[in-house]
Amino acid sequence: MSNKENEQEKILNEVTETDYKYGFVTDIENEYIPKGLSEETVRLISAKKNEPEWLLEFRLKAFRHFLTLEMPDWAHLNIPEIDLQDVIYYAAPKKKKELKSMDEVDPELRATFEKLGIPLDEQKQLSGVAVDAVIDSVSVKTTFKDTLAELGIIFCSFSEAVADHPDLVKKHLGSVVPYTDNYFGALNSAVFSDGSFCYIPKGVRCPMELSTYFRINAANTGQFERTLIVADEESYVSYLEGCTAPQRDENQLHAAIVEIIAEKDAEVKYSTVQNWYPGDKNGVGGIYNFVTKRGICRGDNSKISWTQVETGSAITWKYPSCILKGNNSIGEFYSVALTNNHQQADTGTKMIHIGKNTKSTIISKGISAGVSQNSYRGLVKVLKGAENARNFSQCDSLLLGDKCGAHTFPYLEVDNRSAIVEHEATTSKISEDQVFYCNQRGINTEDAIGLIVNGYAKEVLNKLPMEFAVEAQKLLQISLEGSVG
Amino acid sequence: MSNLEHIKEFKDLYSSKIEGIDSPDFVQEIRKKSIEAFTSKGFPNRKNEDYKYTDIESVFNKNIHKVTEPRETEVKLEEIFKCDVPDLDANAITVLNGFYYSPNGEMLKTFDNGVIVGSLAAAINEYPDIVSKYLNELCKDSKESLVSLNSAFLQDGIFLYAPKGAVIDKPLQIVHLMMDASDIMAQHRNLFVFEQGAEGKVVICDHSLSPANFITNSVTEIIAAEKSNVEVIRMQNEHNESKQFTNTFVKQRKDSKVVLNTLTLHGGVVRNNVFVDMIDEDCENYTYGLYLADRNQHVDNFTYINHAKPNCVSNQLYKGIMDDEATGAFTGRIYVAKDAQKTEAYQNNNNILLTDDARMRSKPQLEIYADDVKCSHGSTSGQLDEDALFYMKARGIGDKEARMLLMFAFAQEIISKISIVPLYERVHDLVEKRLRGELSRCNNCMMNCKA
Repeated sequence: MSNKENEQEKILNEVTETDYKYGFVTDIENEYIPKGLSEETVRLISAKKNEPEWLLEFRLKAFRHFLTLEMPDWAHLNIPEIDLQDVIYYAAPKKKKELKSMDEVDPELRATFEKLGIPLDEQKQLSGVAVDAVIDSVSVKTTFKDTLAELGIIFCSFSEAVADHPDLVKKHLGSVVPYTDNYFGALNSAVFSDGSFCYIPKGVRCPMELSTYFRINAANTGQFERTLIVADEESYVSYLEGCTAPQRDENQLHAAIVEIIAEKDAEVKYSTVQNWYPGDKNGVGGIYNFVTKRGICRGDNSKISWTQVETGSAITWKYPSCILKGNNSIGEFYSVALTNNHQQADTGTKMIHIGKNTKSTIISKGISAGVSQNSYRGLVKVLKGAENARNFSQCDSLLLGDKCGAHTFPYLEVDNRSAIVEHEATTSKISEDQVFYCNQRGINTEDAIGLIVNGYAKEVLNKLPMEFAVEAQKLLQISLEGSVG
Repeated sequence: MSNLEHIKEFKDLYSSKIEGIDSPDFVQEIRKKSIEAFTSKGFPNRKNEDYKYTDIESVFNKNIHKVTEPRETEVKLEEIFKCDVPDLDANAITVLNGFYYSPNGEMLKTFDNGVIVGSLAAAINEYPDIVSKYLNELCKDSKESLVSLNSAFLQDGIFLYAPKGAVIDKPLQIVHLMMDASDIMAQHRNLFVFEQGAEGKVVICDHSLSPANFITNSVTEIIAAEKSNVEVIRMQNEHNESKQFTNTFVKQRKDSKVVLNTLTLHGGVVRNNVFVDMIDEDCENYTYGLYLADRNQHVDNFTYINHAKPNCVSNQLYKGIMDDEATGAFTGRIYVAKDAQKTEAYQNNNNILLTDDARMRSKPQLEIYADDVKCSHGSTSGQLDEDALFYMKARGIGDKEARMLLMFAFAQEIISKISIVPLYERVHDLVEKRLRGELSRCNNCMMNCKA
């Protein structure tokens, strides 16, 4: 092995062995319900949350349907058997009394958010971000509610929405992801604990980025949150979701549902930076991230845009999708998925073209390192009535090291002759020429790789809102600076 | 009948018709293992990702006579069927309903350079050493249940053996004919062995000569040893009531080159599987396909290219034009194994939909475990380029003619890969006629139907 190769090997090792820096456990008193999944669990969760009868009905229907389903095995993933009876389905920080001001929030909980870099206090006002922090399934504190309320925007925890806006929730819950949709979707519909709800009224442009931070804290708890975003006619909202989890040895299950509804002329931008605990470098522990995310462009000229930076989770199984029902509606999917060590990811999107002149763009950048497996799986379906539908997909994979895998599984189903559907994908490693070019100009190999990878992912990172772009870039840098296979 | 009943039907048929056939032990062994494999696998249903777009179960859902022995034909095949490729200087041999058909009783022919061509059944008895070495080698571990079914009923087909250094100068033309007054299902097995440095071209033509419902289950094994050079062109031209399933297995050794070209001009339901294994370094593989489907035809192409070793090159190009209510499907998978560095693998699938009822499903897939590779794939589905049409119309070319020209130019990319000149010219002509809506397959058909 030449010196250069040695050095590259060293850098690669350093990079791939970086420890998870968000691994800490907050000592907050949790309220658990006993382990196990049964109709009793579903009823108990519903009762704990004082839910109305119709919601319990919804949960029970979902649970009964769930019992008829089997764990799917089509993904390019090696999933150890999950014992759903060994999961705690509800863990809420014990509420002592109603919280009225910031001071009343548990200091330890606040410290957790501080460590995560989410100032939940007044500082946040300056940065103009409204945060609905979800910690182990229950939304703790929603900031900026008053500012938003003036515009008629509802941004609150799911439970609050059920209590305060039951008609809206009832109308839209399950309308994009029905409880019959899939195995984990049905499970979530039965046992979801909390989540966020957001409603933007007609003609309102949400003045700030709405943000939720998810964090799995209690050991052995599955997190089943549910997000529902409704953008009424001519409205606009940009929604951010960030996820971290403390370091735990046992795998934790995360099966969330996100539903987005965009009415006529509305636009929703949904950005995720997912940094759940990926397990250690021997593949022990980590989060199983099995998420159903789907949006529907229900009205004409509406637009839904998904941007995700996925660097965490032991196993990711996630396909943020758009149903383009309204004429001239637009769906977008921008993704950077990075897997390292023993991580596995099978992620991508679905674009269902139903309306006329609908457009979709898919840009997916996969980066695999260590012994990880990274797959892109995406469906583009053009229905018969979708005249002049247009899709462009580009899915590139970058391999860092010779022990990882990068895979691309697109599905293109076209039922309309006026549709134009294009897909292209490439797989390669970082070009030695590019590194050489940088070296020659005095940039060392490590910085050069950082530069090249950031350039590679730039198309996607550019789509992230400011605060996230910085975090995402940092995340990529931690894992990728200087990586050469 | 349910899937289970069908499996039982084949199992019973095996017991009554096949088990008792007096064949060498190695053949008996293959059949016995395969019927067990088939019984446990059953027919694939659409929940199987690889059969998502083609429903095999329903095809077998009809009562249809399964041919297990050659039938006497009253007509002389050579009188009713003539290959209409003019000037194609080829050695033509025929398989009728799954069994070798010889007009003069000669079952195997040996050429001066040692090349052996003829009936697989005859070769099993005359050259058991060669046949036992290669037969079923490539597909013994296949997950395809139709391959197991074929192996379980393995009797006849074509055997081609090119010994070390032999060059087959004239292309070998294999004509697979289906002809019967009633509905039948036939299976045949082809085994092509190209030893070190051997070269040859094979043209396979699939035809149906009577209007009944036909099911064909065809398996072809191609062994390309070191430095061999092989080209196999398959022309599928059956009628719209026929169902054809083909499985082609290729194993390539060092420095070998294999070109496969599948042209589907007609057929009711067609499913072609191609499995290529490059198990040594420096192999080249080119897999092409063209499918022109109209009415309610269904053409599904599936490829699996395995780059097991470094420094191999593969290139796949599949193109399709879908008219009326036709459905096309393409699934291509490039698999690059962990140590297969310096692999170059490309895959492209382009489709044109001519009507609002035509459908296309495309799944180009890459599965890559090595980092120093150049792999890419692309897929497009769309319509004819309006700008190009306008350009031609502005220059006085009529709309219909302009469309024809564009479609033809689209198909030409595949046709031009055919290296046998007379065949290239004929296919050129056939495709043109096909695109003009003149059903070229009727040219030599005696049915005179108005379809």
